Amino acid sequence: MSLTLPRLRSVGVESSLIAAENLTAGYRDKIVWREANFAFGRGELVAVIGPNAAGKTTLFRLLLGLQQPIGGTIKIFGAPPKRGNPRIGYVPQRHVIDSETNIEALELVRLALSGKRWGFNPFSHDDRDAAIAALEAVDAMEVAHRPLGVLSGGELQRIFLAEALVSNPEVLLLDEPLSNLDMRRETDLLHLVDDVVRSRGITALLIAHNINPLLPHLDKVVYIASGRVATGKPSEVLTSESLTALYGIQVEVLRDPHGNVAIIGLEEHHGDV
Amino acid sequence: MQHAFEAGTLIAVIAGVMGYFVVLRRSAFTAHAFSEIGFAGAAGVLLLGINPIVGLLLGSSLGGLAIAALGRRAANRDTQIGIVLAFALGLGVLFISLYSGYATAAYSILFGQILGISSSDVLLTLVAALIILATVAIIYRPLLFASLDEDVAEAKGMPMLFLGTAFMLLVAIAVSFSVQVIGVLLIFSLMVTPAATAQRMARQPQRAIMISVAVALFATWSGLFIAFYEPYPVSFFITGIVFTLYLMVRLIQRIGRGKVNHSLQK
Repeated sequence: MSLTLPRLRSVGVESSLIAAENLTAGYRDKIVWREANFAFGRGELVAVIGPNAAGKTTLFRLLLGLQQPIGGTIKIFGAPPKRGNPRIGYVPQRHVIDSETNIEALELVRLALSGKRWGFNPFSHDDRDAAIAALEAVDAMEVAHRPLGVLSGGELQRIFLAEALVSNPEVLLLDEPLSNLDMRRETDLLHLVDDVVRSRGITALLIAHNINPLLPHLDKVVYIASGRVATGKPSEVLTSESLTALYGIQVEVLRDPHGNVAIIGLEEHHGDV
Repeated sequence: MQHAFEAGTLIAVIAGVMGYFVVLRRSAFTAHAFSEIGFAGAAGVLLLGINPIVGLLLGSSLGGLAIAALGRRAANRDTQIGIVLAFALGLGVLFISLYSGYATAAYSILFGQILGISSSDVLLTLVAALIILATVAIIYRPLLFASLDEDVAEAKGMPMLFLGTAFMLLVAIAVSFSVQVIGVLLIFSLMVTPAATAQRMARQPQRAIMISVAVALFATWSGLFIAFYEPYPVSFFITGIVFTLYLMVRLIQRIGRGKVNHSLQK
């Protein structure tokens, strides 16, 4: 048996799990957004919102190490992101699962844990136990043995969440988990995400189109539009003044008596910034 | 006849195993394309007096690498693959017409001719089977996960290009050897139908793979057995048997569902 030395992790000045300084994202010939500054600590629930194609998924790709920044720095767990970090759970935007797919949900969640290991072990039960634990956490055990192809949108989203949770991540990235869900299911899923994330101290970033259902649960919001990124508490970021100052054009943030928010003036922007 | 059973058994196993992944990854059309591109290779090397299997392997491997290079997300993939395989078939037709050797050679490539298989080909098939099974055993879990959830697998840093390419090459080998039993045109009957039947019956991959192999074995053995007594092609019997089994499973499942609905309505 070989000795493994404990890995020394340097204690940084900031205690934030995710931190970016003057981060600029894009491709060789096109900048998607520039000079973003943000820091998220352990256990924070953060919404990432903005118009279509503003670059919300780009933020996730940077955190996953699937894309490199073209300016500034981004750090997660105190180091630049690298592909395949098991401490990050990812729930991508979904394509529809073929109704012919007969594989049971439990199998998908199991494989999320064991899929990175070569070979196959017919006698191992760890991945099965972990999968069941994850499915219980998302309250999806009753559909564990049903084929993926027959599950409803809401049930599938829980399965995908379990898939991301099975490796006990510290950070969870959810890309539009609420689209294709009716309002009732939306609320249910949000409550579930909130519960799971709070009880495990997970830092969660959630891309959504409509911020209103999320408002009661959020610690911070990241607003990406027209090539700029605004970050902070919802009450600070989602005001006419701060968004107007950030984007240099007149932005109105309207609130109704229930606290619902509507942002006017930053619709889809197809030109470069 | 003994060689036919030996080779048939090996081929049923590799076709049953690879077929599962072909169906899972919705690559049935690609598998068919391999057999037809391989056909051009087989017909071509026949002109040179070389064992057609070599041509099949070369053709389908090259085709496989080209298709893997297209990437999984290429739009209009079906169209691109179809264009290439139509050309390959055309080449094959040309080569066949140029061939002045045994007339049955073309027939056996197209429809299979397992009864006449040589012991050296059986040995070759055994080697191929060992390579395929060993490789699948090694890449089983990553391949399965990457096939089920491409996006998350990529985000987890899994070697997607390697897995995709390995898969294509394994399919190319399985197709090339399966042609011996079932021929280029009927390749679906071993590479797709048994697996399609199996995945309807089992919700766990390991179970489904075993059923897929069982169906392929049953059909191959029965086909060989019947062909011993009846003068019709083995490949026809195999095709008929797997098709019947597939229909039976669908029928039984539909009746089962009907019963459930009926009792729910009461």
